[in-house]
Amino acid sequence: MTSTAVHFDHVSRHFGDVRAVDDVTFDILDGEFFTMLGPSGSGKTTCLRLVAGFDQPTAGRILLHDQDVSKRPPYERDVNTVFQDYALFPHMNVGDNVAYGLMIKKVPKPERAQRVLEMLDLVQLSGFEHRKPSQLSGGQRQRVALARALINHPRVLLLDEPLGALDLKLRQQMQTELKAIQKKVGITFIFVTHDQEEALTMSDRIAVFNRGKVEQIGAPEDMYERPATAFVAGFLGTSNLLSGEVARALTGSPDPVAIRPEKLRVLGAGEAAPDGWRYAPGTIRDVVYLGMYKRYLVDVQTGGDVIVIEQNLDSRAHPRSAQVTLAWHPEHMRKLASA
Amino acid sequence: MTSLSTALYRRPWLTLLMLLAPPLVYLLVFYVAPLGVLLINSFWRLDDFTGQVVPEFTLQNYLALFQPANLEIFLRTAGMAAAVTIACAIISFPLAYYIARYASPRWKGLLYLAVLLPLWSSYLIRVYAWKLILAKEGIVSWFFNTLGLGGLLDAFLSLPGIGGPSLSFSSIGVFLVFVYVWLPYMILPVQAAMERVPRSLLEASGDLGAKPNATFRHVTLPLAVPGVIAGSIFTFSLTLGDFVVPTVLGNSSFYIGQAVLTFQGSSGNIPLAAAFTVVPMVVMILYLLGAKRMGALEAL
Repeated sequence: MTSTAVHFDHVSRHFGDVRAVDDVTFDILDGEFFTMLGPSGSGKTTCLRLVAGFDQPTAGRILLHDQDVSKRPPYERDVNTVFQDYALFPHMNVGDNVAYGLMIKKVPKPERAQRVLEMLDLVQLSGFEHRKPSQLSGGQRQRVALARALINHPRVLLLDEPLGALDLKLRQQMQTELKAIQKKVGITFIFVTHDQEEALTMSDRIAVFNRGKVEQIGAPEDMYERPATAFVAGFLGTSNLLSGEVARALTGSPDPVAIRPEKLRVLGAGEAAPDGWRYAPGTIRDVVYLGMYKRYLVDVQTGGDVIVIEQNLDSRAHPRSAQVTLAWHPEHMRKLASA
Repeated sequence: MTSLSTALYRRPWLTLLMLLAPPLVYLLVFYVAPLGVLLINSFWRLDDFTGQVVPEFTLQNYLALFQPANLEIFLRTAGMAAAVTIACAIISFPLAYYIARYASPRWKGLLYLAVLLPLWSSYLIRVYAWKLILAKEGIVSWFFNTLGLGGLLDAFLSLPGIGGPSLSFSSIGVFLVFVYVWLPYMILPVQAAMERVPRSLLEASGDLGAKPNATFRHVTLPLAVPGVIAGSIFTFSLTLGDFVVPTVLGNSSFYIGQAVLTFQGSSGNIPLAAAFTVVPMVVMILYLLGAKRMGALEAL
C-alpha cells in the first residue's frame, strides 16, 4: 500500500513565458484517492496531462511505479483517463466504446464482450451496450467514460474534472459512487477538481495547487484544520486571515495567522471564556441569519474584523452593536507561512 | 408607421409571409415549375416526319434510354463521375487533414485562400487554360519530351478506352480537368468534418493504447467519412451534369450533358433530352437519400 504510484521529480511545464507547472516534487501513493485541487490555471490539469502523456515536461521527470515515463507516448503508459468532456467516440455504441482498449490490444471477442458486461454492471449501465453516446444523459456518458477507462485495469486512473458538467444532485451521487468504485477496484485515482467540497468528501489526500506550485499536501482534515499557507486557508473553506498589527494585538506576534469562523465563539456580557481560551473584546457589526446557523461580522476593538459562524443551538442572537467578547482556543489560531 | 409596426407585431404570420414570399415565389417560378415542365416533356414524343413535339403520353423516350448507344453514355458519365469523386477524395484527404490538425491559424488562412482562389476566376477560362496545358504542343508534353519520356506519354495515350491523340483530346484529359475544377468542393467539407473532431477523442484513443495509425483508422477516418460523402455530392453531381469539360477536352465520345445539348439543340428532340436529364436527377436523389441516412448532410 505504501509504494509510490506516481512520482513528480522537479517537474516543470512552461508554455512560452507561462510557468503552468513550476518545479513541483511530490508522490502519489499506490491505491490512494489523490485529489489535485486548485483554481483554474493553477497547473493541476497540466500535471494530469503530464502523467497521461498528452504533454511532456519542460524539465524534470515523472516516474510511474519507479519507471521514468517522461518521454513515453500515452499508448505506452499503464494509465487511463476519464476526460472532462468524456470524449466518447460518437460513431461507436456504448459497448464498442467500452471495449475500445481491449479491441486495440486484440483481446479475443468473447472475452471482450464478457468484460464489457462486467464493466457496465460495475457502473450500473447494464443493457446500454447498444445505445449511441448521443442517446445518453450526461451522467450516463460519465459512467461509460469511467467503464471505458477501468476495463483496461490501469494501475492509475486519471480523472479530469469529470463531475464538472453534472448538476448538483447527480454530482453528489457520483462522488459517493466514484469513491465506492475506487475502493472496490483498488486502483490509484488521481482526481482533478476546482471544487473544494468535492476534494474534501472523496480524497485520501489532497494537493492544493496555486500558480504552478503545490502549496500543501495532506489528508482532508489536515488541510482544513492545519492549513500551511494563507492560500490554502482561503481556498479550502473560509478563514479569517489576520496579519501585522491586528495579529499582534491578538497573538502577540505580527506573523500571519488564520482562524476558521466556526472556531470562534461570541460571548455576551457575563459569559466567561472556558479555561485556557484566549479572548478579545469586540462589537457586533452585522448578523445574518442562515437557518442552520448565524453569521456574525465582529469588529475587534484592537483593529480589524472577523467572521464568526455559530450554530443555531438556541434562538438567542446578539443584536447589532452589542458589546461582546470573542473567544478561541489558542490551538485553532494557526500560524501561516508568510506568503 | 406605428400602426403598421403594431399590425405586424400582432400578426407574426404576416411578417413571416412578407419575408418568405419573394424567395418562395422565385423558387416556385424558376426552379419547381421548370422541373415540372421538364418531367412532363419527358413523357411526350417527337413526330419524326414533322419534327414537332406531340403532347401525348408515351414511355418511348425512357425506352430509348436503354438503347446501347445511350446506355454507354450513362455508364461513361457515371464512371467518370465516380472516378473523379474517388480521386478528389484521395487527393483532398491529406490536405484537409493537415489544414484541420496541424496548420497554424496563419497557414490555415493561406491554405484556405489557395483552395478557394481558383474559384474566383471563370470556370470557362480555367478549362480552356487546361486545354493549352494539355495540348500536344503544351507544357505537359514539352516536360515529358524534355525528360526524354515522350514515348511513355504516347504509350499511355494509346491505351484503349481512356487514351486519344493527345492529353487534350482524351478521357484522361477530361478526368484530370474534372478533378482540378471540383477539388475545392471536396476539400472544404472534408476539412470541416475533421475540424469538428475534438482533440480529446484522439487523446482518448491514444490513452486507451492505440498507436497513431490505429487512432487514424478507428477514429479519424470514420469521423471524416460524412465529410467525404458531403464532398462527393458536389463532385459527383457536378461531373454528372457538366458538358463543357468533355466538349473542350474530350474526344468524340459523349457525356450526358453533351447528349442533352445535342438532342434539344441540333436535333430539336426536347422530349428525349428531358428524359435524358431526368436520369441523373434520379441518381442524385437516390444518392442524397443515402447520404442523409449516413448523416453526411450535417457535415455540409
